[in-house]
Amino acid sequence: MSIAIKAENISKAYQIGEFSTGTLTRDIERWWALLRGKEDPFLRIGETNDRSSKGGSDIVWSLKDINFDIQQGDAVGIIGRNGAGKSTLLKILSRVTTPTTGSVKVKGRIASLLEVGTGFHPELTGRENIFLNGAILGMRKHEIKKHFDAIVDFAGVERYVDTPVKRYSSGMYVRLAFAVAAHLESEILIVDEVLAVGDAEFQKKCLGKMGDVSQNEGRTVLFVSHNMGAVNQLCKKGILLKNGQLAFSDTAEKTVREYLRSEVGNGMISSKSIVGTFTDKITFKRVSINGILDSQPSVKPSEKVDIKIEGTCFKSMDAFRVNLSLYKDGIRIFTAHDTHSPYSIETGEFQKHIIIPEYLLRPGEYLISIGGHCAGYENSSMDWIFASEVFSFNIIEEWSPNNDFNGAGLINLPLI
Amino acid sequence: MNNTLTTDTNWDLEIKPHDNLFNLHLKDVWSYRDLLLLLVRRDFVSFYKQTIFGPVWLFVQPIFTTITFTIVFSKLAKISTEDIPAPLFYLTGNIAWNYFSDCLNKSSSVFRDNASIFGKVYFPRLIMPISIVISNLIRFGIQFLLFLCMMVYFAFQGHPLHPNLYVLLFPVIILLMAILGLGLGMIISAMTTKYRDLTFLMGFGVQLLMYATPIIYPLSAAPARYRAYISLNPLSGLIETFRYGFTGKGEFFVGAFMYSVAASIVLFLLGLIVFNRVEKTFVDTV
Repeated sequence: MSIAIKAENISKAYQIGEFSTGTLTRDIERWWALLRGKEDPFLRIGETNDRSSKGGSDIVWSLKDINFDIQQGDAVGIIGRNGAGKSTLLKILSRVTTPTTGSVKVKGRIASLLEVGTGFHPELTGRENIFLNGAILGMRKHEIKKHFDAIVDFAGVERYVDTPVKRYSSGMYVRLAFAVAAHLESEILIVDEVLAVGDAEFQKKCLGKMGDVSQNEGRTVLFVSHNMGAVNQLCKKGILLKNGQLAFSDTAEKTVREYLRSEVGNGMISSKSIVGTFTDKITFKRVSINGILDSQPSVKPSEKVDIKIEGTCFKSMDAFRVNLSLYKDGIRIFTAHDTHSPYSIETGEFQKHIIIPEYLLRPGEYLISIGGHCAGYENSSMDWIFASEVFSFNIIEEWSPNNDFNGAGLINLPLI
Repeated sequence: MNNTLTTDTNWDLEIKPHDNLFNLHLKDVWSYRDLLLLLVRRDFVSFYKQTIFGPVWLFVQPIFTTITFTIVFSKLAKISTEDIPAPLFYLTGNIAWNYFSDCLNKSSSVFRDNASIFGKVYFPRLIMPISIVISNLIRFGIQFLLFLCMMVYFAFQGHPLHPNLYVLLFPVIILLMAILGLGLGMIISAMTTKYRDLTFLMGFGVQLLMYATPIIYPLSAAPARYRAYISLNPLSGLIETFRYGFTGKGEFFVGAFMYSVAASIVLFLLGLIVFNRVEKTFVDTV
């Protein structure tokens, strides 16, 4: 196996804030320093990129000293929170921008798919756009011709191929755009969360195609996603970025686990992470499991999972309910409410419980998001609040007749 | 680990912060030639999509402008047209000027116009301005047919038109106007990615530049003390030579022409280098 991509100490600095008259003097200062062969005076201040805390300078390092090797034929998932530097890394790799320092060495042709349908012209027909988009992505005309039928077939738009794409439904548009990209002949394919578009069936088709590209055709794939299930399914290796730095790198499975472990809190919910339409009326404070105040507690399959949600209500409401979503590997297993019907809630502290029966969950890592609904609040039919990925827990492996190791899937069917 | 490293020394591509200023990646441009043609086709096809007359509209603009110029500058202002029939005189100036100013305007905003594409996918950025020039060249070619028709018409009317050997310079003039527009455009586009101040200047500057070019008047009609300044404009020599070659009216100064050639080439090369320097990181600042 040889190395397809070798990144050496790549860093990328961005100037934040506005470019205006004030920045010109600084530009001149910087230019003057460079002219005398000195270091850029505004790049020296090394700060990590934490978007929630206010830094002292206008320069942020979106990426800092990233080193990695990617083997030929590997499918690598790049994960991390919003603003961790994933997109910046992809932009550098796809040559849209250059690193501030460091270098990347690449073997083979790179095609990047940071967005579907880049360069589609609404007035042109599907046929014309296939050629234009293909050429923008780096294909030669004869290559596009060779794949033309396959592209149209993959997108499922035979009937509309000579219709301007502005008359396409948004789904057709996206399908056609992905189809072009999926038929690129490059050795390295870079894909940024483009699968978030399109319906479930098409997403599956895309994932299948990407799996094909990496496993059967032996091409290198770099894949950025927030969908941990897709990363686990598609990728062999994983890279975890945190505040612009490479935090972890191993197999995809281990990297996803590390991400869930490190990025998900210990159950304390900061008010900043709660979004929704009535955050001023109610807030969540803490999630805990079986009374354990620890980050990522482990629970035996034979135990019930008693999820306690604590919070404060600032204004009484007539019809409120707490809900909870449980995820495993990026797949939502269920969303459940604490009661069947809404209830009234008074101002003050509250505690709600949602209990998952013993032997229902199979061993593995689970991720919790919580929310609340309020019907009839201020004339809007449904108000909501939501806090994403606030807590995670483990179901450990433990043999028992009720927890058959040979069973498979996400949950055990309770035998009644 | 070490043994794999030693075998992998022949990289296809190295992404670095800074590149040689004079490395223009022309090989890259050549490998993307299909894209160039498709972009030209896109410009042309999207221009007349959903119109009834299609490319005929390309004739309408110069015809109406010529009529207006003839009435205003020739009939009202009585500016000399050096014995060339006034419509013919203004048509030459108009189509040549449109060609140049379109090349300049479009290539000067190339980074802003294409920021969304440039921000998402890599291809040699030079492809875009080149495609602009070729699109405009085709448009000019079509409008030039109009000029030829009008010339034949006036010749039959008995107007003394004397095309001469300098007509052979025509392709050179067209090329020079293209690279002059492209060069200036690229310089401006590079300068406006971070600070947009120049775009305001471009808005009316190009319009005013027309008056500093012998478009609506022949150079010979300009007062002597302004003539030197007008000659400093590299376009003056090109447009005068263009008219002279086809009509035999006016004068051909070798010096003025050579000055235009030199200025165009210098500006073009400068534009290439500046553009090349900016294209790498403009995404961060545009």
